[in-house]
Amino acid sequence: MFTRREALFGVAIGAAAVAAMPAFSATAPQADISALPREKIKLVAPPFVHPHDQVAKGGPKIVEFTMTIEEKPVVIDSDGTTLNAMTYNGSIPGPLMVVHQDDYLELTLINPDTNSLAHNIDFHAATGALGGGELTLINPGEQVTLRFKATRSGTFVYHCAPGGAMIPWHVVSGMSGAIMVLPRDGLRNDKGEPVKYDKIFYIGENDFYVPRDEKGNFKNYESAGDGYDDIVKVMRGLIPTHVVFNGKVGSLTGDNAMKAKVGETVLIVHSQANRDTRPHLIGGHGDYVWEQGKFANPPAKDLETWFIRGGSAGSALYTFLQPGVYAYVNHNLIEAVELGATAHFMVEGEWNDDLMTQVEAPKPIATN
Amino acid sequence: MSPFILKVASVAMAAATVPMGLAAIGWSGHRQSHPAAMTVTLVPGSITYPLPGEFLSDGRPQANPRLRRQFNKSIEIMAYQVSVSDYANCVAAGACQPAQETRAIPSNAPVTGVSYLDANAYAQWYSKATGDDWRLPSDEEWAFAAAERFAGEFEGVENDANNPARRWLSSYKAEVDLNRKPDPLPKGRGSFGFNSLGLADFSGNVWEWTSTCYIRTTLAADGNGVVSSVDNCGVHVLEGLHRAYMSNFVSDGKSGGCAVGTPPDNLGFRLVRDHRGWANRILGYLGIA
Repeated sequence: MFTRREALFGVAIGAAAVAAMPAFSATAPQADISALPREKIKLVAPPFVHPHDQVAKGGPKIVEFTMTIEEKPVVIDSDGTTLNAMTYNGSIPGPLMVVHQDDYLELTLINPDTNSLAHNIDFHAATGALGGGELTLINPGEQVTLRFKATRSGTFVYHCAPGGAMIPWHVVSGMSGAIMVLPRDGLRNDKGEPVKYDKIFYIGENDFYVPRDEKGNFKNYESAGDGYDDIVKVMRGLIPTHVVFNGKVGSLTGDNAMKAKVGETVLIVHSQANRDTRPHLIGGHGDYVWEQGKFANPPAKDLETWFIRGGSAGSALYTFLQPGVYAYVNHNLIEAVELGATAHFMVEGEWNDDLMTQVEAPKPIATN
Repeated sequence: MSPFILKVASVAMAAATVPMGLAAIGWSGHRQSHPAAMTVTLVPGSITYPLPGEFLSDGRPQANPRLRRQFNKSIEIMAYQVSVSDYANCVAAGACQPAQETRAIPSNAPVTGVSYLDANAYAQWYSKATGDDWRLPSDEEWAFAAAERFAGEFEGVENDANNPARRWLSSYKAEVDLNRKPDPLPKGRGSFGFNSLGLADFSGNVWEWTSTCYIRTTLAADGNGVVSSVDNCGVHVLEGLHRAYMSNFVSDGKSGGCAVGTPPDNLGFRLVRDHRGWANRILGYLGIA
């Protein structure tokens, strides 16, 4: 008797056998990296980002990260709808990793034996082996370490890609995140002048496809595998039931609203591993926006809304000029309001009457 | 701190309760096709409470003025919110639209997923079915009946003439500080307990429609009197853990609010019974009125 768990493993193990073959060192000429300094980074959960230098100090180094994959039920809205989530390091999205161009990113990926599925990681920033996916497929109870050279600067998605139908399912179960490869001399504006940020927030957007029962209520499943057939049917309709920031409706509002001050410059990194989105800061702008996320291209200026292609990460730099409560949304407003893609910024500071004034408060329409 | 007691100190309670057993007997019970709801009759009294709506003075938002309201007549109000099974009778009679509710909810739980229009349709049908006059309570009647469970508007918001953002930020924080976690699933009647007047389930996870329209009022700069007011009866006041304003056709608390804070979990209602006076009652009893 083939249980669902075994069936899923079957797919995974088949892929693992293929993956095992190229797991030896390549033959192309290779710089001696054994002499490079190493730095170990402790990751933090989004929307926050681990401490990092904006301008690199010294030469290239090897930056070490560790992520543990956690399969666990996660509540994704205020009605208690539960997703059998798959996560990098326990968070949706996975944490943002920051390195500099020409650094080596070295990731140890752990799949504890408490998980039931095989996983891997495909870095869009990496070159070869399906972004590392071919070299990182691990079963529960295994770990793997991958190193790649960050040859291109920019923000890039990473996601799980364990083969075939497993790929989209793992991604819409939460397995995506982003890395940021900064130019060694930091960010530059459209004129090539250096720009800095006072704060950075990483917003990962996810689309979820939760099946409903005959009455229209969202269904719960014992395990990820139990829900698989139903979820794939919803996925094929391409209409998500939830579009959320940071893994859950309302996870960046209220107590968890992001905070800034007037005059502070904020870099907002926004990733979407599966589906197009269009971030918009209500009442604000994008001063400099790397819509495609790649810092070798000059940023666009003064954008109202920017387009993040599914499978990419972009970033926007903005200096807050006015205090208040700002909503940061996916400006498909149905997705923002009905499906969940809304975050808030609370910005303290002095009001600038020159930028905006209510000349006359609401009153009855003048009749003379 | 419980959100229930936000305003307790300033709500002067001068009401007393007629024991439920006495008040619960419907006058015209014998000619009803449906049993009268259990009610409580509140004896005349007064409250001091913040008026609903939005208030401006000198072009700036103001805290809602607190006024003393005198109730000269007793108010007879349902002890519980209208229940799922109560409402189903109206739907079965063809007088109400089905509630927009798909979850599995006990039949004695409050009906939820009902709009202001639904609540009024029920009141009309229920009045016919029982031969009595039933209607939604006004906002002030609701506040009077809710007693210590009445919360009203958020307060403590800063008002800075030079910086409107202070008000937005402080009211956002005030809502956050309520620290209310969503509690979406309606519970059986009585689950949220009784208030000091013997009325059940005020300010639980069901917000209640009132008959009070949303009004924007401009107060005189010296604080005395009203310069103008514009009411929008396409939007009505709901009361519960905090005050809410929603369009008449909205039946889902989460989609109807425009505030940034935690929206109402569910929308429901309870009714008050108007008394026609002795002469009318006797005529009604005889089937004439």
